[in-house]
Amino acid sequence: MSTSPKASTASTAVSSSRLLGGRASRWITIILVVAVILIFFSVASDDWLTIANYTLIAAIAAIALNVLSGYTGQVSLGIAFFMAIGAYTAAYLGGNVPSSPLDPLGLALPFYIWLPAAGIVAALVGALVGPTALRLKGFYLGIVSLALVFIGQYLFLNARGITGGPQGRTFPVPAIGAASIDQQNSFFGIALTSGQQYFLLILIVLALAAFFVYNVMRSRAGRAFRAVRDNETGATIMGVNLFEAKMGAFILSSFLAGIAGALFASYSRYIIPNNWSLTLSIQFVAAIIIGGVASVWGSILGAAFVFGLPLVIDNFSLLPVASGPGIITGGDLNAILYGLLIIVFLLFEPGGLVGLARRGQALTRKFSSSKGEGGDPAEITDLPSSTGPQPDSENSTLAKGESA
Amino acid sequence: MAYFLQLVFAGIALGCIYALIGLGFSIIFKASEVINFAQGELLLVGAYVVSSGVFNWHLNFLVSVLLGVVVTVLIGLLFERFVLQRMIGRPVFSILMITIGLDTILRTGVIVGWGSNPLPAAAPYTAASGFNFGGVHLGANDLLTIIVTIVLCAMLFYFFQYTRYGLAMRATALDQEAALAVGINIRTVYALAWGIAAAIATIGGVFLAIGSFAMDPTLGGAALLAFPAIILGGIDSITGAVVGGIIIGLVQDLTAGYESHVASFLGAGIHQITPYLIMILVLLIRPYGLFGTRKVERI
Repeated sequence: MSTSPKASTASTAVSSSRLLGGRASRWITIILVVAVILIFFSVASDDWLTIANYTLIAAIAAIALNVLSGYTGQVSLGIAFFMAIGAYTAAYLGGNVPSSPLDPLGLALPFYIWLPAAGIVAALVGALVGPTALRLKGFYLGIVSLALVFIGQYLFLNARGITGGPQGRTFPVPAIGAASIDQQNSFFGIALTSGQQYFLLILIVLALAAFFVYNVMRSRAGRAFRAVRDNETGATIMGVNLFEAKMGAFILSSFLAGIAGALFASYSRYIIPNNWSLTLSIQFVAAIIIGGVASVWGSILGAAFVFGLPLVIDNFSLLPVASGPGIITGGDLNAILYGLLIIVFLLFEPGGLVGLARRGQALTRKFSSSKGEGGDPAEITDLPSSTGPQPDSENSTLAKGESA
Repeated sequence: MAYFLQLVFAGIALGCIYALIGLGFSIIFKASEVINFAQGELLLVGAYVVSSGVFNWHLNFLVSVLLGVVVTVLIGLLFERFVLQRMIGRPVFSILMITIGLDTILRTGVIVGWGSNPLPAAAPYTAASGFNFGGVHLGANDLLTIIVTIVLCAMLFYFFQYTRYGLAMRATALDQEAALAVGINIRTVYALAWGIAAAIATIGGVFLAIGSFAMDPTLGGAALLAFPAIILGGIDSITGAVVGGIIIGLVQDLTAGYESHVASFLGAGIHQITPYLIMILVLLIRPYGLFGTRKVERI
């Protein structure tokens, strides 16, 4: 068809209408998100706050994995290792000073030191491992990152001073002044439960992480990441330094994973080295595939699905908790579900839940706009490869909404 | 010396198991350039079916193994036909992850079906039976592992070298388009690769379970040690899978046997990661392995 001028005018019309509609819907989304968070925050029971807190921590780690695998296309099963590095950094810096020689080490530093340090040390380890790992491509990198998880478990089991060995150790609780947030405290006359305080802390960290990653992905560095993912040769020709781009993604991903690991360990209070297993890594891979590859929103949705759902099932006691022959627990059901959904989404909607939502949006827009004949079909054909710039227009609502 | 020889013998038997599992990886990779992360869980399902056949349904050991092979081959074929064939041409990341999806489903399926407590492994001989040879105990089950591996390798060699379909598979591995052009049915080749891989995975799984006396749903994780084996041998080499498997098995058993005497400062369980350390070393120095084709890309 010789519709190239027509198509171009149609697409400009669509993009301008999307801009206007986008701005309005962006504000609506911000208001909705803030309202939902506020309502949830004030009415949720402790159980629900626990579920929310674990989900939000998982969302931070899912964003971390998405930076490396989703945006930059590097297969990694090593996120459990970097989370563990963050967690043990936090434990060493923030843990209690040992009272007997058998206790694991701790320097009892405040949380505004150990939380950032968790990310920084994980990033340093990432910078150390990166040059070796990133020489390899595709599944070779996948296998090496898998080896990293096992080597990590060996190190953690043996580094008793820091990890407590096979028995595990306790992890520090953030404290604001003298107020340790594992207890009820009141700030400015408002009494907050432990769960509520953790919720606020985790939410702030998540919002910062989401906002930061969203902005990085819109920058020169983010475009380089995606260029590397889509075509390494092409990226090189365009002047992208492959090694720098991959290292950048690897270090940023490790940093965020370390923070998430520290929060996870702190919120769990007690962790044994076996918790940092390959299964944990696989769960995060499942989360980003189900939620949406290369999308901040997708990371959060995926984390909610993979990590939040089994807790919800257990909370309602829908299924037995103890496993046995012929018994399906909430965790089992969820594992089967996410295993199936990995396959289903990769087959039919590589954009994950976010891609599905965008498809729905495009459909409604198509039906609601009276004569969108030129632009909209083009947009729909764009969708299956929805790992491009589109996720970002959605993510902005989240990032700005929560950082505001 | 007897201790050393004992370790060597056990290491070779363990290495044969890794070789069997690694063969499965290599055959699928050669045919379709897919790395099948679910190989370990196919093995797990196979081992559980065999155990159930012997202990719950009181079948003969061989009949149970046959049953296990049939089940895993079916799973492999169905997955290949209905999932992987739709993924042809998609990025490595997606294909790798989709096999992880199958892996999760199978492992959870085993946990739901059989529970996560250890179950007895079906074995043709008792652990004590075997020969004593100069102070070295040659366990009957270990000997059988080695013999079965040799027989299977001979069969595979014959199949690839002298049969029509073996030739078709080699042709496909060499040049897929040329193979299509001379009328080779690629679907049959893929199906054959998955069928063979699933079948030998089951056999490997049965022996792996015997070697660890009891089995639980983490058995599939041990199959991951076949990765170092195939990387060492060269990922697209059948010979490499066997040689790599035996070397990895030997190294692992020898470190397990000597780590507490020689290098206790390394702490417990170093033998669990020596295969991975070797793998990383190989990838750094010689990424195509001992027998592989030099084509691994690097930056």
